[in-house]
Amino acid sequence: MSILIDKNTRVMTQGITGKTGQFHTRTGVQYANGKSCYVAGVNPKKAGEDFEGIPIFGSVKDAKKATGATVSVIYVPPPFAAAAIDEAVDAGLDLVICITEGIPVRDMIRTKDRMVGKKTLLVGPNCPGVITPDELKIGIMPGHIHKKGPVGVVSRSGTLTYEAVGQLRELGLGQSSCVGIGGDPVNGLKHIDVLRMFNQDPQTEAVIMVGEIGGNDEEIAARWVKENMRKPVVGFIAGVTAPPGKRMGHAGAIISGGKGTAQEKLAVMEECGIKTTRNPAEMGKTLKSVLR
Amino acid sequence: MKIHEYQGKEIFRDYGVPTPRGFPAFSVDQAVDAAKKLGGSVWVVKAQIHAGGRGKGGGVKVAKSLEEVRKLASSILGMQLKTHQTGPEGQKVRRLLVEEGADIKKELYVGMVVDRGSQKVVLMASSEGGMDIEEVAAKTPEKIRKIAIDPAQGLADADADEIALGIGIPQVALAQGRALCKALYKCFWETDASLVEVNPLIVTGQNQVVALDSKINFDDNALFRHPDIAALRDLDEEDPAEVEASKHDLNYIQLDGNIGCLVNGAGLAMATMDIIKFYGGSPANFLDVGGGATTEKVTEAFKIMLKTPALKAILVNIFGGIMRCDVIAQALVDASKAVSLHVPLVVRLEGTNVDLGKKILADSKLPIISASNMADAAEKVVKAAK
Repeated sequence: MSILIDKNTRVMTQGITGKTGQFHTRTGVQYANGKSCYVAGVNPKKAGEDFEGIPIFGSVKDAKKATGATVSVIYVPPPFAAAAIDEAVDAGLDLVICITEGIPVRDMIRTKDRMVGKKTLLVGPNCPGVITPDELKIGIMPGHIHKKGPVGVVSRSGTLTYEAVGQLRELGLGQSSCVGIGGDPVNGLKHIDVLRMFNQDPQTEAVIMVGEIGGNDEEIAARWVKENMRKPVVGFIAGVTAPPGKRMGHAGAIISGGKGTAQEKLAVMEECGIKTTRNPAEMGKTLKSVLR
Repeated sequence: MKIHEYQGKEIFRDYGVPTPRGFPAFSVDQAVDAAKKLGGSVWVVKAQIHAGGRGKGGGVKVAKSLEEVRKLASSILGMQLKTHQTGPEGQKVRRLLVEEGADIKKELYVGMVVDRGSQKVVLMASSEGGMDIEEVAAKTPEKIRKIAIDPAQGLADADADEIALGIGIPQVALAQGRALCKALYKCFWETDASLVEVNPLIVTGQNQVVALDSKINFDDNALFRHPDIAALRDLDEEDPAEVEASKHDLNYIQLDGNIGCLVNGAGLAMATMDIIKFYGGSPANFLDVGGGATTEKVTEAFKIMLKTPALKAILVNIFGGIMRCDVIAQALVDASKAVSLHVPLVVRLEGTNVDLGKKILADSKLPIISASNMADAAEKVVKAAK
């Protein structure tokens, strides 16, 4: 088992004709069961063509109808990416994973509002994607550092997630699924949503939650963990040394009005029974210490 | 992106938000001319810098004669204005705003931000204007009213009224208060703002509602569709190292330590700063080189870091996923030679083609200190900086 995606998932790439979309679709196809999972691409101007054998359709709706794909991954450039999410939502897909970085916040506010009451789940934007090791990789993460196992990983950042996965691998620990929820202030699944899924997933025995400064999503997730989580959770928050008022790369990573500091988040997480580390080199070791 | 108060007020006027009459001035003579053009007998001379707290820092003064306007303008222009947001060195004042004096009966606060919790724009308002709103929020949270605005409908009349009356706008000025809130929201939405603040919003002796101040920040990701707003950027207000870095598509923030950091990815870059601190060192900067650490980018990053006088060592921490370690290693070697690097360089590489990358570093014969993981790297760089 796993969460969100597995070897039976059928996925389409929105933005399959761009350089980024092509590169990462190719690495996805080459990983584990990717060849049978990647079944379609979308580009309104190139319907009827194909990308290395993957048929291209004019719309998400057509791609879904023809191939049965229920998940999409988006590599569309920022000015058009929110509209691409809208299209996938309107077509009734189960899951949309938006990799695109730099989408205007206003576009995402409107898109999130349109999604209310719809069944489609959104991961991202500005995220590395989702991987279920040895089954399916959807996104830009390096597949080879992952392996199948009992640890769930949820994170707001890309390379820091790879760092956590790399540390787990060094300790011989594999992952059930790794979900990068992205660094933007207005986005899809939050830490709490992914933790809920890991709680229900029989394969997952423990979870690493990697957060960063800004907002209070980690605190909300921590309080939920205290009341509901049946599995151990460990955490790290990046940005203990970040100065207030400065945007640290991610649009959401900013300490403003004295809120969203790493210290505050770590304190709440610990209160809620989440074992935390202040040393980013010890995320793996901390997880190992709580495995039953 | 941030803009000046006078620029914000010009945008406010375009949206029908009432502001005092006023003109920007870049010299003392222009300030006096502005006062003459405005007429009247009371003027306010306001320093234009991007940081808040200008009044307390001595950057906002009232003049009651043209002579006084001249005197105040010459003392404020060119001063190093220190506020709680500028840091101890302060910010040089290069621009002024000269405005007509206002008859203040009440000082209120209205602001808008993107709220992560509701995933909407939230309007915040308070009867306690003129003060630091963060302080009001901390001490008397009941004095702040908030409402999340429906993105499909916009700000409803009833909600605007409730806010206006709730913060003490008198019944007789209610229509003005409602119009102002709605205009501010329209301004926020249409300009892709990330923050709009009016502090204080005033009610005058004649019951007029006026925006006495303006603060607008914009979403950098949306500037592509607002070239007019992008043109308002004032590079004098930004850290020169950060401006230089942004030209090369580097995400750089100057800090006050002595260990330079070059990392791929924002989260890992923050974690790298944290681990340096954890091992007793102090980071000189935040730097995310993004997905493509080319020789050109690494060279520019080194050059920018080397301008930090306190710099004692550099830590490169790369988790190469898509980015191959051998490519990065070659870029590091070439960049080190190009800038004749004179501080110790600690490199931690992980990921795709890592062995090839390490071999390139070793073969280069450069005095590069290789590290096997993040903790090892942090320990080595902290030691090297001592």
